[in-house]
Amino acid sequence: MDTFRVLVVDDEADFLETIVNRLQKRKVEATGVPSGEAALELMKGRLFDVVLLDIKMPGGMDGIEVLREIKKMQPLTEVILLTGHASVETSIEGLKLGAFDYLIKPVKFDELLEKLAAAFEKKNAQEQKIRSAKIQELIRFPGRIFDQEREEKE
Amino acid sequence: MMKRRMYANLQRRIIFITLLVSFIPLISLGVTIYYQFAQMYRDKIEEQIKYRARAQSNAIELFLKERTAILLAMADTHTFDYLVDEGNLERVFQIMNHRAGGFIDLGLIDSSGRHVAYVGPYNLLGRDYSSQPWFDEVESKGLYISDVFMGYRRIPHFIIAVQRQENNRRWILRATIDSDVFEGLIRAAQVGKTGDAFIINKGGFYQTHLRFDGEILSKSNLDPTVFGEGTTVLEKVNREGKKELYAGSWLKKHSWLLVISQDVSEEMTRLFKTKRIEIVIIVSGCLLIILTTIFTTHLIVRRLGMADRKMNELNVQLVHADKLAALGKMAAGVAHEINNPLAVIAEKTGWMEDLLIEEEFQKSRHLEEYRKSLRKIEEHVERARKVTHGMLGFARRMEPHLEDVDINEVLHETITFLESYARLNNITIERDLKPDLPIIASDHAQLQQVFLNLITNAIDAIGKDGLVYISSQRINSEIAVSVKDNGPGIPREYQARAFEPFFTTKERGKGTGLGLSVSYNIVQNMGGTITLESEEGKGTTFTVGLPVVVPEKK
Repeated sequence: MDTFRVLVVDDEADFLETIVNRLQKRKVEATGVPSGEAALELMKGRLFDVVLLDIKMPGGMDGIEVLREIKKMQPLTEVILLTGHASVETSIEGLKLGAFDYLIKPVKFDELLEKLAAAFEKKNAQEQKIRSAKIQELIRFPGRIFDQEREEKE
Repeated sequence: MMKRRMYANLQRRIIFITLLVSFIPLISLGVTIYYQFAQMYRDKIEEQIKYRARAQSNAIELFLKERTAILLAMADTHTFDYLVDEGNLERVFQIMNHRAGGFIDLGLIDSSGRHVAYVGPYNLLGRDYSSQPWFDEVESKGLYISDVFMGYRRIPHFIIAVQRQENNRRWILRATIDSDVFEGLIRAAQVGKTGDAFIINKGGFYQTHLRFDGEILSKSNLDPTVFGEGTTVLEKVNREGKKELYAGSWLKKHSWLLVISQDVSEEMTRLFKTKRIEIVIIVSGCLLIILTTIFTTHLIVRRLGMADRKMNELNVQLVHADKLAALGKMAAGVAHEINNPLAVIAEKTGWMEDLLIEEEFQKSRHLEEYRKSLRKIEEHVERARKVTHGMLGFARRMEPHLEDVDINEVLHETITFLESYARLNNITIERDLKPDLPIIASDHAQLQQVFLNLITNAIDAIGKDGLVYISSQRINSEIAVSVKDNGPGIPREYQARAFEPFFTTKERGKGTGLGLSVSYNIVQNMGGTITLESEEGKGTTFTVGLPVVVPEKK
């Protein structure tokens, strides 16, 4: 499996720390942040393939709000919702907002890995599609490559 | 117990008010009518007795006037010398009796008061009347009708005497009236069993025989002065304590009083009979009212109690539902609080297992023990997880839940579920499901519950051997699902109540009476309708109409 970048957002420090450790042990590039605000801050400067997002975080931003922001900032990043709560409606709302899936705590680690891998696959496929579309476009209109350079400069 | 006392109180109050309202008019009506009637009746009786007294007094006056007139005529047309001859007097007496009748004897009295000629049954010739009170009366007035007296003959009688002035001789013609004839006249006025008629003079002495007791010429207990001019009616209580009506009419220029008496009770018998009938009617009416009031009140209060009990049952159900909802919320909360620590434990255990793979741990003597312990921890976390997830599932069922629902799929599932049950009772389930139904946003589980209930009802209604026909189709903006059976049908009076909670036609203990009402609520909450059509002996059709709510795109 290719290594990929995972951001874990959870206010439960023990959980966060352990899960990051375990993911890293499995050669996943995992980073942990204790709140939605911290996650969004971090994502401004770094790209992540998958975000594992706790829905219910007392005090700070709610998981659904964070999800909405992530989708705005990095639409291609897949988000897996994690909940210890019964509210399936929230999860459904999350799915409607474009979350990849949701998991109910406590989650089996193998299951989690599978879900993360699947999300990464999806993201990859999506990117692949976009990339090949761009390549197709460039092949058809080679002049566009300059437009792109200009865009990047801006 | 409080309730029972309240009902008893209510019952008493309703009975009291109803009785009051019905008795007061009934009794006052009865009493008023009776007294009005009695007054009228009494007036009539008085009228009647008054009329009789007047008529009778007229007859008597006429009788006396006739007798006086003929006596006067005889005195005027004959001379003393002629009449002093007893043969002539006898002839005159014959003529008088022939023309008028009612005379017993006739006598001629000279101015000195001596009876000079006499025709009659008594030997009164030569008697001297000059000392008799009536003689002076005749002398002064020329005409005299006496009261009844004994006289020489010692028999009660009365006389009419007239005086005649013939040249310078004065004489008196005197006749005695036959008391039998006279009393016969009065007796005609004695009517009924107790009615009496008699004459008293100014002094209150009886002038005629009485019908029952009281001697002629004895003093009556009536005071003639209370009788006024014309005809007067009085009421008196007699010696036996009975009420009697007296009508008195003056005769003979206020010297005689004709009295007609009548026992009131005899005349009133019919009134009393009416009174008895009225009392019987009123009493039986009252009894009927009492019985009806008690019966209907009892019925009403019992119905009230039943309604109350049903409401209580409903309340219990509501409280139960509320409890379940609260329990669901609590379960969700608890599950959440436990799930987080469980997640940490699971992750930590996993981490420890991950670490055990490292080289430094491989040499440890207890490596296997560690592994076993960790696996045990994981096993138990898994156990706890199952419990908490179950709790979450329970909580989730309490909340409304929208999902994409294919009605036909729900129907297929439900029918499959019930098919073997139907086959056991030799019931065929036929389906005609239109394939072009839209997917709607609804609650799969709740719809399944509704259909399960309707189809089970249909099967139960048929009992054995029959057909359940299930169809689905789109009608405008609705999906209509109908469940039709060829069972015995629902009687008309039950149709309106079919959706009431706790209403069931199933045997006691077989149905809760909640199935249809819960289905009704579910469908109504979805904005749909549920209707029934039934004809006794032909079967029942339940139709569920669900609005087509297009699911939002994900």
